[in-house]
Amino acid sequence: MALIRSCLAALCLGVLGLLAAGLVQGAAIELREFDDPVLEQRYRSLTASLRCPTCENQAINDSDAPVSGDMRERVYLLLHEGVSDMEIRDHMVQRFGDYVLYNPRLEGRTFLLWGLPAALVLLGGVLVILVVRARRNASASALTPEERARLDALINRERTE
Amino acid sequence: MLTQMIPEIGHYALVIALLLAAVQAVMPLAGAATRRPLWMAYARPMAAGQLLFVAIAYACLTTSYLLDDFSVANVANNSNSMLPWYYKASAVWGNHEGSVLLWSLMLAGWGYFAARFSRELPRDMVARVIGVLGLVCVGFLAFVLITSNPFERLLPNMPQDGADLNPLLQDFGLIVHPPMLYMGYVGFSVVFAFAIAALLGGRLDAAWTRWARPWTNLAWAFLTVGIALGSWWAYYELGWGGWWFWDPVENASLLPWLTGTALIHSLAVTEKRGAFKSWTVLLAISTFSLSLLGTFLVRSGVLTSVHAFANDPSRGFFILVLLGITVGLSLLLFALRAPRVSHQVGFTWLSRDALLLINNIVLVIMTVTVLMGTVYPLLLDALDLGKISVGPPYFNALFVPLTVIMCVFMGLGPLSRWKRMNGRELWRRLGGAAVAAVLIGAVAPLLYGGEWNAWVAIGLVAALWVVLPMLRDLYDKARGAPSWLAGLRRLSLAYWGMQLGHLGVAVTIVGVAVVSNYNIERNVRMGPGDSVQVAGYTFTMTELTSRRGANFLADRAVIEVQRDGSRRSFTMNPEKRLYIARGMPMTQVALRPGFFRDLYVAMGEDLDDGSWAMRVQFKPFVRWLWLGALLMAAGGILAVADKRYRRLATARDPEARGDAKPREAAA
Amino acid sequence: MKRRLLLLLPLAGFLVLSVFLYQGLSLNPFHRDSALMARDFPEFDLATLEDAERRVDRSLLTTGEVTLVNVWGEWCPECKREMPQLLDLAERGVRLVGISYKDTREKGLGFLEEFGDPFEINIFDPDGELAFELGVYGAPETFLVDADGVIRYHHTGYIAPGEVREKILPEVEKWR
Repeated sequence: MALIRSCLAALCLGVLGLLAAGLVQGAAIELREFDDPVLEQRYRSLTASLRCPTCENQAINDSDAPVSGDMRERVYLLLHEGVSDMEIRDHMVQRFGDYVLYNPRLEGRTFLLWGLPAALVLLGGVLVILVVRARRNASASALTPEERARLDALINRERTE
Repeated sequence: MLTQMIPEIGHYALVIALLLAAVQAVMPLAGAATRRPLWMAYARPMAAGQLLFVAIAYACLTTSYLLDDFSVANVANNSNSMLPWYYKASAVWGNHEGSVLLWSLMLAGWGYFAARFSRELPRDMVARVIGVLGLVCVGFLAFVLITSNPFERLLPNMPQDGADLNPLLQDFGLIVHPPMLYMGYVGFSVVFAFAIAALLGGRLDAAWTRWARPWTNLAWAFLTVGIALGSWWAYYELGWGGWWFWDPVENASLLPWLTGTALIHSLAVTEKRGAFKSWTVLLAISTFSLSLLGTFLVRSGVLTSVHAFANDPSRGFFILVLLGITVGLSLLLFALRAPRVSHQVGFTWLSRDALLLINNIVLVIMTVTVLMGTVYPLLLDALDLGKISVGPPYFNALFVPLTVIMCVFMGLGPLSRWKRMNGRELWRRLGGAAVAAVLIGAVAPLLYGGEWNAWVAIGLVAALWVVLPMLRDLYDKARGAPSWLAGLRRLSLAYWGMQLGHLGVAVTIVGVAVVSNYNIERNVRMGPGDSVQVAGYTFTMTELTSRRGANFLADRAVIEVQRDGSRRSFTMNPEKRLYIARGMPMTQVALRPGFFRDLYVAMGEDLDDGSWAMRVQFKPFVRWLWLGALLMAAGGILAVADKRYRRLATARDPEARGDAKPREAAA
Repeated sequence: MKRRLLLLLPLAGFLVLSVFLYQGLSLNPFHRDSALMARDFPEFDLATLEDAERRVDRSLLTTGEVTLVNVWGEWCPECKREMPQLLDLAERGVRLVGISYKDTREKGLGFLEEFGDPFEINIFDPDGELAFELGVYGAPETFLVDADGVIRYHHTGYIAPGEVREKILPEVEKWR
């Protein structure tokens, strides 16, 4: 109880932005028994992908905050009730908001977040094709004489290797 | 008497440094614009003078720390009389004000060395480079003096003792990590200045890239080491064995690293082939801009991060203005002055040019992805669309495939030739490597004992695909020479630097793939006499003791570790410390490092019955992460040592310089 | 000309980013609306702090009156600083219900004795069961529940003296 108290005191300060430096050590070492290694694996990945609602930027598996402990407990219980990962995430979102998902859901407002990298890969591919095609047809005469001389020297150097 | 004045001396020195920086910014730039040699000649002495006075200010602050002058607010808030002297000296940069002063010191230092080692450059080029650096210095010194003065006093009510340095920072990591990281961030200011000078002077030729390359490599090497040190520090200090968290502050350091890597490669194309000129300039501007953006993100409090400094909106606003002026003006200049006509240098699909183009595109996509993920919560919040989090699952899901794509082309790169290359020849030299990489990579995880893991296999294939063609290339190059040794010695340092850098990437990839997937962790209750088995090691707690450190009390466990089937054993001593000044508990991890595995033991909480919750981990290949980074940095520095950069004396005329070295391998 | 425009792209991108960064300066990254906003107050069935025998449920909050539900704990220093403001609100005729969060009965009652009791009733939640349903992540937190038991406003952290008039009372009026 003493620990919870000091943590929560720190938490209140943190909310007010008075915490001198945000660096905190999170080393919640939990002793949980799992009979099923699959459940244990799921527990680990779930607790690593849920964000502690009150810390600066820590997953609940890495946080000493009391609410993280409660959330881990809930994940553990729900897993043993046979609830799916997706439903467990929803369970948390219903109570704590989308904020607790480190892996944001694909929806209207996160469309750009997920779509942009994919679009960039496509765009990058198109760009490479366009540039190389343009360059492939570029005639050497577009070079200034001295550039051409340098170029030839460079190419010759390569050949001698 | 004099010692009481030290903070004021430091403060005045800073003011003088600011004035000198202003002169350094105005006179040479004006001189270059109006072609007045006398004005341009202000550049070097001002750069030296500015460094001198920032150094005096910095020395004054450090002295205040060492003398425990708690009338200085900065010292009172971040130090304590019980702190060992080396932490007092490094506590200077363990806080916002002091670290910005360190930033400024390094900025002045890079500026000085840029001035010093540019004797062979044309006078107007030097004047512009030093002038631009002076402008950046003005911004940062003004930032220190106006919003973050580290010399502020707490008079007349000075505290008896200081509030102490955050115990998490009382570590060797604090001594080495921030300076290295800042050297990297700040170092990119030099290539930035070169880029701006080139735009101003309209001089974007091959000579320009040759001047800029060593500076880029150096800054990049520092940043690489800085990031690796940060990761290593987090690994042993935070107590649960993570080494990369995709925290906004880490991302902020990764962004300039990614564009810096792209810049190194793009500079190669611009130097050797005269292509991608505007692109190279844009990368140079972006890299330093992202360093500044990182500073903004860390110090303004717009993002929640575990590393953020205590925040103050006025500081955030100042940095944003600084960022806006520096980056906005640079990009505007870029839009106006970037070379109008692109030189149509021809190359084909199978050419080093095309591969480096792909390299740059992939690196830029990585940068945009990381940037997007980092600021997206802020964007949504600003648009009032709610609060979301973007964390490790997102970044891993995108970064891993992008890295794999990059590795595919990275294997081809070093063997390819400029302009064009015969596909059949490429296959002849690479086919074997490709088959070997896939076979070894797919089978090796089976030999590891654990179950086969697809991600490990992919990581190994990617790494081997990067390394094996390199070996093949070395073989080919050595074979052609009279003797093997002669063949290898003939190769330029730039070539070796590239090979080493690529080897480093492969080593890091192996480390990441293996430790992420084969890490074993067990949380157990342990009291004296209890033992636990993890990955073929038996950990037995033999004793629980306590000890008193300089400024902390510690519970200490003695853990005897024995490898199965081996008779030798060793002890590990994890601790739970209580730092007295702040009353803050800390976990001190016990580590047994090894080339192929680390053993990692951390103490949690004491349980009611006198035993403790302990975390025991087996972390295979984790050292490879940082070893790879060191290899990359070594590669970057090796390339700087290449002869051609020392031949700058003849560099005035690119034609006379360029092709006098038939022995030089392409880089 | 087209190429010039292309060269302006980085600048445009940077300017857009700067606007967001500027806005970011005035945002509080710690402030979030409750996920339960505009949703029914969750079901519960718990004893009261005052009387272990008496059980209360959601009907406590569907009495047709606007209610402030305050989550507090004896261990929470901010809650102590908040009590004068809550007493003030109670005096102004606002109905307050407390949730005694992760306390023992003894300590909770002691707290009310020492700092005053503005609450009509206190729900005893020693395990944080109801608080978890409410998505509470630290005390104090205050929820405004309208006449039909729907959550309409959420305040995290301590209610400062000035906030009683500026924030809380207007919200109470709004939902009455």
